[in-house]
Amino acid sequence: MKPKVAFYWCASCGGCEEAVVDLAEDVLAVVEAVDIAFWPVALDFKRADLEALADGELAASFINGAIRTSEQQEMAELLRRKSGAIVAFGSCACLGGVPGLANLYSRDEILDRVYREVPSLVNDEGTLPEEDADVAEGHLTLPAFFDSVRTLDQVVEVDYFLPGCPPPGHLIKGAVMALVEGTLPPVGTVLAPDVALCSECPRAATKPRKPQIKAFRRPHEIVADPETCLLAQGLVCLGPATRAGCGSVCIGANMPCTGCMGPTSRVVDHGGKALSAIASLIDATDEDAIAARAGEIADPVGTFYRYSLPASLLHRRVLPSGQEGGPER
Amino acid sequence: MPDTMATPRFEPRIVAFFCTWCTYTAADLAGTARMHYAPNVRVVRLMCSGRVDPQFVLAAFRHGADGVLIGGCHPGDCHYEQGNYNTWRRYELLRPLLREMGIEDERLRLEWISASEGDRVQRVCNEMTEELRHLGPLRLSPIPSPHALAEEAR
Repeated sequence: MKPKVAFYWCASCGGCEEAVVDLAEDVLAVVEAVDIAFWPVALDFKRADLEALADGELAASFINGAIRTSEQQEMAELLRRKSGAIVAFGSCACLGGVPGLANLYSRDEILDRVYREVPSLVNDEGTLPEEDADVAEGHLTLPAFFDSVRTLDQVVEVDYFLPGCPPPGHLIKGAVMALVEGTLPPVGTVLAPDVALCSECPRAATKPRKPQIKAFRRPHEIVADPETCLLAQGLVCLGPATRAGCGSVCIGANMPCTGCMGPTSRVVDHGGKALSAIASLIDATDEDAIAARAGEIADPVGTFYRYSLPASLLHRRVLPSGQEGGPER
Repeated sequence: MPDTMATPRFEPRIVAFFCTWCTYTAADLAGTARMHYAPNVRVVRLMCSGRVDPQFVLAAFRHGADGVLIGGCHPGDCHYEQGNYNTWRRYELLRPLLREMGIEDERLRLEWISASEGDRVQRVCNEMTEELRHLGPLRLSPIPSPHALAEEAR
């Protein structure tokens, strides 16, 4: 009998689902090897179908997206019960991803912005979504919107991590085949090479060996030389602190690495390590010059933690006192 | 009952990373000279301030530090020539990052203190302790975990 698998999405953009479809002909090999028992985005399944399965009946569930609402948490917990293995699929499930940058704001700030301040909005009564509401038609409920975005493994036990925004096709195929053939590595493994991107970068020979950055540039400000290390040209490339395995696709498009594969196993805090690597390349030895270079990075958190804020040591912005509205949820 | 008990004074916890050649030697000098300074500072001795990975600072905050103090040799005096410049560069980038995360500037301090400046160790430790006493404790949100969620549900 073919192993049963599920695909599910939480707080994500849909790109991870797209990546499965983008396997092209290889998707046939995947479909050949496994029985897809639940994939609401692509096939007509309902939650009841999942609930009807026996506990542990699924060989594996591939869950993409971060956890932002109570519904996503419930689905993650349900899939955990039904699955032998849980694979955190993509940067958002592994590290929080781009949606995780919402941890720079409080829940109230987000709701105010989205439902009251956005200029194109028509909401004269200032209505905010509520978990329970009585309206003429009856009683309505919505999932709770949590204070913070969480990674998948902050909510349920995760067996494997498949990073990337989205995960590269060859790594997806490798993971599915390892599952089918029973050759999965020890639980907790990140299913990608455990070296930094620079080690597979075609421009590695021109990487600065000592402080060389005279000014930080943003990609739209220069036309980067297509052969030279992007760091040497002043672009903030997170290659030195980011896991390899993506095939250097961004570098190939002459764009710097933004860190979607996350850190290697030796790093605890991706942003902290990336900041360290980039800062030591600043070519300045006096206070004004160093501060000026630092000032050229407009949004340090968004730059160094673009995909990993919820997984970082700080997890979220400190809420000013008075805004701490009871226990975190 | 009248409130006769004063609220206990907040005692900040400060983790200090001192380089062995300059600032740690200065702290040693302060000790042998019997200078008194705030006991709130826990010193971690490193070979060079350049060894201070930003992850150390973040980990200190995560594990309960209210402030982090980094002490190294004066610019130009580094035993390894460039180490303190690297610390300086990281510090200048880390500060705006911490600000964005809601952590005040006063909680991270970088000081150049040479081996002969025991009095400066005393002054800096006292000053920082006093500043953090006014600022109050750092309240980070806990990092969620499946275990903690299960506890909560029970």
